[in-house]
Parts: sequence; structure tokens; C-alpha cells
Amino acid sequence: MTRLLRLKTAGNTPEVSGLIVLLVLSAGVILIATEIAAGIGAVVVGVIMAIALIAYAAVVVKGNPETRRAVAPYGLMKPGILWLSIFFLAPLWALLVMSLSSKESRFDFFPSFSWEWENYSEAFTRFRPQFVRSFLYAGIATVLTILVGFPVAYVIAFRGGKYRMVLLGLVVIPFFTSYLIRTLAWTTLMNDNGPVMSVLETLRLVQVFEWLHIVDNGRLLSTPAAVIGGLTYNFLPFMILPIYVSLEKIDTRLVDAAMDLYSSGSSAFRKVVLPLAVPGIFAGSLLVFIPASGDFVNAQFLGGPNTTMIGNSIQDQYLKQLNYPIASAMSFVLMVIITIGVLVYTKFMGTEELA
Amino acid sequence: MSVPMSKTSRAGRWGINAVAVLGLLYLFAPIFVIVLFSFNNPAGKFNIQWTGFTLDNWANPFSEKQLTDALWVSLRIACISTVISTILGSMMAIALSRYRFKGSSGINLFLVLPLTSPEVVIGASLATLFLDRGVTFGYVTVIIAHVMFQISFVALTVRARIRGFDWGLEQAAMDLGASPIRAFWKITFPLILPGILAASLLSFALSIDDFIITFFNAGSLVTFPLQIFGASRVTIPPQINVLASMILFASIAIMVLGLVFGTLRQKRQGSVMRKH
Repeated sequence: MTRLLRLKTAGNTPEVSGLIVLLVLSAGVILIATEIAAGIGAVVVGVIMAIALIAYAAVVVKGNPETRRAVAPYGLMKPGILWLSIFFLAPLWALLVMSLSSKESRFDFFPSFSWEWENYSEAFTRFRPQFVRSFLYAGIATVLTILVGFPVAYVIAFRGGKYRMVLLGLVVIPFFTSYLIRTLAWTTLMNDNGPVMSVLETLRLVQVFEWLHIVDNGRLLSTPAAVIGGLTYNFLPFMILPIYVSLEKIDTRLVDAAMDLYSSGSSAFRKVVLPLAVPGIFAGSLLVFIPASGDFVNAQFLGGPNTTMIGNSIQDQYLKQLNYPIASAMSFVLMVIITIGVLVYTKFMGTEELA
Repeated sequence: MSVPMSKTSRAGRWGINAVAVLGLLYLFAPIFVIVLFSFNNPAGKFNIQWTGFTLDNWANPFSEKQLTDALWVSLRIACISTVISTILGSMMAIALSRYRFKGSSGINLFLVLPLTSPEVVIGASLATLFLDRGVTFGYVTVIIAHVMFQISFVALTVRARIRGFDWGLEQAAMDLGASPIRAFWKITFPLILPGILAASLLSFALSIDDFIITFFNAGSLVTFPLQIFGASRVTIPPQINVLASMILFASIAIMVLGLVFGTLRQKRQGSVMRKH
């Protein structure tokens, strides 16, 4: 049946025009929202958009059922795509413009565009430690989520039996409490008189942890370890769920076959299960690393002055110092570095399954 | 389903089980703390040290006025933004799974982008656009921001949930004389509704809990997470834990109901299948 539908839409012209209308509208709203097209320009863009919309409506009303079916998806897409164009793409342009603007004085809250590349060099030089820390902490947290998350996903997928759904529920439930409250709860757990420290003291492990640089001067809070621990905790489900999804798809007979062919348990795991879990690990690492590198809640609650991440600085510059150009330049750098990283990583891991 | 293992790897097997159990305990550690400390009788302004058991906090869960107000603001925002994003996102999901069309792969990628961009960047960029255009920060800007990240989420979740849907059913209804609109509302919609509901519940949760993007776009409006963030330096009243526990228990109840409903539905559908 679906093949039949596909055959019917083989005629291409209505489809192409549907796509063109969608692109015209989306470009139009971006031009107007960013005021790239202002005044007369905006009117012209508006007229072009109106023509495109009327043409689309005419096709929907007058066209035969096949044409209608061909253009229908573009109609369904329109509101959502336009929303994302205005409130996701246009803002990125505004951010780019702002990052190249300059302030006349400290109290100029409407910086004007002036190809101010110094913003970028300042973002790099002044906030280099924060950038380095962000990517370092996020990277370590990603590795830790794999180390903790993989066994959890593995056990749920292969040994959960009929309790799989319940176990998955257990993974998700903690995240029904507010993100900030969860992170605050870690301050209760990790403060100087808290349970984690007293366990370490009873086991006489404080010296060991001090040597490992996890505990600093008898304190767990305000250390890099606390921030990384918080990041690991808060983003763990984003690792467990994708790995579970990819493990769940594995046909266990493949493992049986490997064993029949005299593979040992561990090599069957390495050569069969692990490669098939790669897409999950890949998706999970993106879902953990990206938000973790931009996070500032964990560093704020669990860290100290020497563990601030780039998110803290962007937030501080933007909302407290009201220095929008610098904050924008930092945001842009963060985004570009992450995008490049993701592209390189995708090349290495070689999967296209993102969502 | 279980992966067969040789006897020598039995130790490894238990090792993995142990790590998994520890992993689950790790996930629940702060949750125990949150619920436990909702019964705490804190000595100072900060509810982070156990001092004694009391039921007072649960008797007066709404006594912290600012906190309660903020929770209402968050609930109101979540309701509105979830309705908008569920409609827009579901339309996209239906288009993506029902039709094959030019540009759908590009649109797929476009949908993933907001979910894979760091939240600070999204928050700062949206705030910049609002600043540039002189939009006053408040309810509207926060709702716009929430809808923005919820749309992608709803579209991708609903699409995943209706991936295996047999669109031939709708065609069959039309062959039997139903108009396309009637066929959609009578046949397709009831069948994909559970997926849409599940996605909207999750996106509701995303909205209530969003902090970073909201922080940049709220102006003087205070949502529940913003109130907690702002107050956390000055005071952490135990009512925070009470409200958080309430939200937690309500979510668990909804989830259990959903699971029970889902299994009942599956059983019913299974018996219908067998009759045919």
C-alpha cells in the first residue's frame, strides 16, 4: 500500500514547487526577523512570501488528489519549520552579528555592528581556561557515562527479561525531579560533613583520594571531581537509553553462532556485541558531551572559583556584565568548536543515525 | 533473552551485574536525599544537613509563597507551550512518516540541530534576537523559547513512535467512502494518539524543568527552576524538597498508569488480532 502511494507521487513538479514554497517562506521570515530585509526590503520579501503562499493554496484547492498528496507534507511542515526558522536560525544570525558588534561605552546596551574581531580574540585569550575546562570536564564525563551506562544498558537489554520496561523506568524516574534540585542534592551528599566524606573517612581513603586529586584539602565540593561527577550523573540517562536501544536490536543468535564457531565469551562480546552497540555509544556521547560542555549549573552548585566552565562565563558576561558582544563571541566559538568536533567524530565513528 | 557465557566468564557476568546495580543506586542516591530531606527539620536557612525528623514541611507544602508562585508560573508556561509544540511537532512527524518527499532528509537534520546545540548558545542567541527587536522579556518570550526546543523533541519522538504505522488503513477507509479528513480523525488519529500523548507528556516535563534557556529569556519572570537557582545562595527551604517529591510521585504515578494502560491496550489489540 505504501509503495502504491509512493508510485502515485512519482510526478515531481508539484513536489518541487511545494519544497520551493517552504524554502521561500522560511527564508522570508528569517530575512524579516533579522531585519536583513528592513523597510522597503521587508515589504518586497513580504509580497514574495504572500505570492508563494497563495500559489500553494491555489494548488491545494484546485489540484487533483495526486497533486494535493504531493504537496500535503509541505503544508504540514510549514508551521513547525517557520517557528524553527524564526526562533532558532534567525537568532543564530543575530548572535553572529552581535559577536562582531562593539559597545560605545560600558553602559551602551545596544552595541552596533562594526566587524569587531577583537571580541573573538578576547573570547579566546581571556576565557581560554574556561574553554579548556569545559571540553575537558565534558570529555571525562562522557567517558564515565559510557563506563557506567554500558553495563546498565547491557544488563537491562540482555538480562532484564520481562522486567526490562520496569528497569528502564527506574533509569528514567530520577530525572522526573528538577535538574537543579537533583544537583543541589549532591551538595548534601558531598559536603564536608556529608555521607560520602564520612564513608571515605571511615574507610581511611581520604589520603588515597587526595593523592588521586579527587579530594582537595579534605574537601570534595568545589573540586573538578565534584563538577565532573555532577555532569556524569545528570547526563547518564542520555547514554543509557541510546545504548539500550542499539543493544536491544541485537539478535542473540549472532552471539550463539559466534560461540558455536568456538569463540570465547569475551571475544564474542568484543567482535559481535560491541560493534553493534557502536551506534548507541555514538549517539549517547553526542547527547552527553554537547549539553555537558555548555552546562553551568553543575559548576555553579558543585564547583568553586577554579572550576568555572565556559557556560558560567557566557552567562556571567551576558546576564550580569551585560557585555553582549563578548558573550555572543564566546557562544559562537563554543558552537563552532562543537560542530567541528561532531563532524570529525561522525567521520571516525561512521554512523548517520543521530536520532 | 540472555547472552550465553562460558563458565570462566561467570565472574565477569556477576561483575557486570554488580556494576549495573551500583549504577542504578548511583542514579537514585540524590533522589533518596531529596525525599528524605523533605522530612528534615533544618537548623539554619540551608536544608543540607540532617537535623531531625518532622512532618511540618509536608503539612505546609505551599508555605513558601515565592516558591509556590514560581511553580504555578512554570505549570502555566508548560501547559501553553506543550499544546503549541504538540500540534506543530505532531504535524511534522505525520508528514515525515506518512509521505516520502523531497527535502525530508534535510528537514530531519534541521530538526536534530536544536537538540544538539548547547543550551547556552540557544538561550543567548534567542535573547539576542529579542533584544535586537526590542521584545519585552516575560511569559511570551519564555513560551516561544520552550516551544522552539519542544517542537523538535515532539516531532522526533512521535515519528519514532508511529514508525511502523500502517497508513493503508486510512486508504482503506477512503476506499470505503470516507473523506480524507474523516478517515484521518476516525482511523489514524485514535491509533497514533498514544504516541502523541507520550511525547507531549515528556515535552511538558522538559518545559517545567528547563533552566538554562529560560534563564536567558525570562527577564523578571521567575519560573520554578529560576526561583531555586536564585534562592539557592540565600536559603534552601525544605519546601523545595516537598514540592520536588510531589512532582516525582506524580510523574511516577503517570508513568505507571501509562504502562498499565499500554499493556491493557496491547492485550486488547492482541485479542482482536487473534479473532481475525
